[in-house]
Amino acid sequence: MGRTLARIAHEVLERNRGLDDVAFVGIRTRGVPLAQRIVTAIGELTSHQVPVGSLDITLYRDDLMRHQVGPQPVVGPTDIPFPIDDHRIILVDDVLYTGRTVRAALDALIDFGRPRTIQLLVFIDRGHRELPIKADYVGKNLPTSLKESVQVRLAEIDGVDEVVLEEEASSS
Amino acid sequence: MKGSGGTGQGSVGVRDQGSAEGPRTPTVTALENRHLLGIAELSAEEIRLILDTAEAMKEVGERQIKKVPTLRGKTVVNLFFEPSTRTRTSFEIAEKRLSADTLNIAASTSSVVKGETLADTVRNLEAMAPDAIVMRHPSSGACHLLARICRARVVNAGDGTHEHPTQALLDGFTIRQHKGGFAGLKVAIVGDLLHSRVLRSNLLLLNKLGAQVVACAPTTLRPVGLDRMGATATSSIDEAVQDADVVMMLRIQLERMQGHFFPSIREYYRLFGLTAARLQRAKPDVIIMHPGPINRGVEIDSDVADGPYSVILEQVANGVAVRMAVLYLLTGGSEGPS
Repeated sequence: MGRTLARIAHEVLERNRGLDDVAFVGIRTRGVPLAQRIVTAIGELTSHQVPVGSLDITLYRDDLMRHQVGPQPVVGPTDIPFPIDDHRIILVDDVLYTGRTVRAALDALIDFGRPRTIQLLVFIDRGHRELPIKADYVGKNLPTSLKESVQVRLAEIDGVDEVVLEEEASSS
Repeated sequence: MKGSGGTGQGSVGVRDQGSAEGPRTPTVTALENRHLLGIAELSAEEIRLILDTAEAMKEVGERQIKKVPTLRGKTVVNLFFEPSTRTRTSFEIAEKRLSADTLNIAASTSSVVKGETLADTVRNLEAMAPDAIVMRHPSSGACHLLARICRARVVNAGDGTHEHPTQALLDGFTIRQHKGGFAGLKVAIVGDLLHSRVLRSNLLLLNKLGAQVVACAPTTLRPVGLDRMGATATSSIDEAVQDADVVMMLRIQLERMQGHFFPSIREYYRLFGLTAARLQRAKPDVIIMHPGPINRGVEIDSDVADGPYSVILEQVANGVAVRMAVLYLLTGGSEGPS
């Protein structure tokens, strides 16, 4: 995981000359520590401290009134302590799947201002897109079937760094 | 959707409740009941879930664009059978910030004045398929009746002298913001306890969260069985305020009083009014609360109401966040548990 994140940090640097207007926004929950790790790696390479914010997209989800029966997701805090107007924002998530989380994140982000550009960084791209969304930086492409799920576990949250491919229990 | 394949369940955040309660992991992620009729029906964990959700909603209210698409396509009816400025406006702003469509009905401009019953009014509203009805009514228990006859979620915005749950929740939210938690806090509630639905809801909430409550009023304005309700009763405001962390003043509800409960307003103010001198007995970091509207010079001195310890306007601001949280938790999903 460390090597992959270091490689992504280099890719970010290559693509973004000058970091003054670059900021990272992690999609809660696991996008945030991933963004922080990449920013740390960039800091070690350039001595530049890139700001990091966290974004909770629950209030922007398009499935609150669909699919589920019963409880809705717990809303978490959003903390973007810097202006995003005219900045190059790098949006970070752990897994890119249908693209609906990213769609919600784009809506949420644009409510905070008008970034110059938004780039998408994901640790795992498992395919099966339902929306026309493509990541700019991918840690690993992981072909999956619809019956599988991908869990990215991070030491900051789960106590361990690992990516697990699981067969989902069939829904009754 | 996330890589998990979309269970529809978001991640559960862990939020520090402050030193008084210590860090915690939420054990509930949804409300058990489909209506919010009172604090009596909520568990301590459900109350914490609402307060935690309100934290996120408060952040929405601090943005430049104070609107999220969460309840787009949902309709909320605000049905007010009693005058209200703060609560009705607060609900309406909360609904609009969540992008719900809102409809305001005041009893004075509805068919109620032609003799229509509450049940018939609600059945007619139901035919227009609202997702939630926020109701204030002068009769205790009216919201329970409503919940029995309608499919929409019911939110109690104050029923008679029974409960005013969202007021207690916003009071709890404000206390938690200033004190970090509730365990070991001394909360003095002073004023017209007999006619107060805010007292009942707050007593239930504060007891469930571990605060100690001292309730102060003339004996004529005290409900029977205050001790059974979880409060220590006193007629001395000095005793109530002594070492208090929170002083919550309640309005003298002259409109609900059918008899003479005290000789004069002047005497009430002299014996039970909160003045700067009396406040010196409280803890140095005391906060002063009032659900409003304030009777200046009756239950509270203007200097105190507008002073540095007052969080009265913060309560109003927090009311929007708490009501957004309640509406989200009740109507944000599709069909919840019945």
